[in-house]
Amino acid sequence: MTVETIAGIPSETGGFFRSHLLVAMRGILHREVLRFLGQRGRLVAALVRPLVWLFVFASGFRAALGLSITPPYQTYINYEIYIVPGLVGMILLFSGMQSSLSLVYDREMGSMRLLLTAPLPRWWLLFCRLLAGSLISVLQAYAFLAIAWLYGIRFPATGYVVAAPAMVVAAMMLGALGLLLSSFIRQLENFAGVMNFVIFPMFFLSSALYPLWKMAEASPRLRDLCALNPFTHAVELIRFSLYAKGNATALAVTLLAFAVLSLIAIWGYDPARGMTARKA
Amino acid sequence: MGGLQVETISHDWGARRALDAVSFSVEPGRFCALLGPNGAGKSTLFGMLTRLFAPRDGRIAVAGHDMAHKPLAALARIGAVFQASTLDPDLTVRRNLLYFAALHGLSGQEAETRTMAALDRLGMVERAGEKVAKLNGGHRRRMEIARALLHRPKVLLLDEPTVGLDAAARSAITRHVHDLAAEGLTVLWATHLVDEVWTTDRLVILHRGRVLADGEAGEIGRGDLTTRFLALTEDRA
Repeated sequence: MTVETIAGIPSETGGFFRSHLLVAMRGILHREVLRFLGQRGRLVAALVRPLVWLFVFASGFRAALGLSITPPYQTYINYEIYIVPGLVGMILLFSGMQSSLSLVYDREMGSMRLLLTAPLPRWWLLFCRLLAGSLISVLQAYAFLAIAWLYGIRFPATGYVVAAPAMVVAAMMLGALGLLLSSFIRQLENFAGVMNFVIFPMFFLSSALYPLWKMAEASPRLRDLCALNPFTHAVELIRFSLYAKGNATALAVTLLAFAVLSLIAIWGYDPARGMTARKA
Repeated sequence: MGGLQVETISHDWGARRALDAVSFSVEPGRFCALLGPNGAGKSTLFGMLTRLFAPRDGRIAVAGHDMAHKPLAALARIGAVFQASTLDPDLTVRRNLLYFAALHGLSGQEAETRTMAALDRLGMVERAGEKVAKLNGGHRRRMEIARALLHRPKVLLLDEPTVGLDAAARSAITRHVHDLAAEGLTVLWATHLVDEVWTTDRLVILHRGRVLADGEAGEIGRGDLTTRFLALTEDRA
């Protein structure tokens, strides 16, 4: 095996390759965190939407929607408690889409080229970008959970810890969906339409706002659609984890969706086909 | 063989042929101007040279590394300055450079040292903490060139790097990159402006995806490159 370097930069056969991968990952994470911290309005905007749902919508719905005891709950709960995991999912969903929107923006503005022309496997660069966006999403979700805690909606202390990996998995899956969309959207203007066709159906056809058994009372077919929606499983994964409980089905479906969406997104970004082959 | 080799590259955008069997090579340490009017295929070629997308036919080699078979080795030896700025205006000058360094595997003291050395050469050390958004166009371009050299590439690719700059900044950047070539760097400079080409430069004229002329600029221009360039491209308009 030959080790070729230019100023310490490895070729794909070089022994420094692993450290190069990690250095690049740290650089990409650092950049995204700095960008996030530099855009304080982004955090406020990310929190306003779920907080309106929590303070206004959920309060109004409390009387209208009675909830029975279904796992992970062990007693009757009011609607505000039910809706919080769904609103965490909403933050991750919108954040994932916003991250993909910024990818389209970066592509139009040129900075995506800098990332994609780095001497590293493209899948790794996209994974790092996905991970960075997911960590930002999870930070936003924790900020929301902190406000909910102050509002009186509290989960077991261990739930806040167990929820971290669950939220990362959910955020990665939703980020992968955003990545996939960004690979097939040619221009920024097309993005708004796609958002309407993706975000709203995904959110409303899920267990974020109402439990699936309630949905079944209205329409079994709608319930089945909700059960097929990976966002439902992401929300249930978060819901169970907030009570420090596992949900193997939700975890498996979320991971599977992440794998499938990621593979299609990576295909879309392949130099020989997909987005980059269509648009210089 | 070092330098840059482009062999029979063809590419279609739908039904339109963007590049048609384009071939040329640039020897190590040479400044090569890729001159062509808008729509000649320069940006398509740059997309392939930087592996944003892969050519369907032909071969590209950078400093002896085949882009199709050793893409990472080839990319590690390229410094690229794209037509559109790839700087992050919300981050500081220093952070922009460190981000690029990280993408090329440079970190810690090594990345800091090279970043500050690059800023020192530009006379911009005192502006390291400023956001890029505050820099003027000329400074941004010079910074992008300095950034493209942080990992000490063998080949520098520039796609119309003087677009949007005033005459003084344009002249300064053109001279600066010629100096870099004189120091041993292989340079491919895409432009549609004849006055950026020096008579001693290697020149490739690209029009409608085809190479119309390839040689020394002075010989191709025969004393008046503008007239010659217009004649070549108008004949085929």
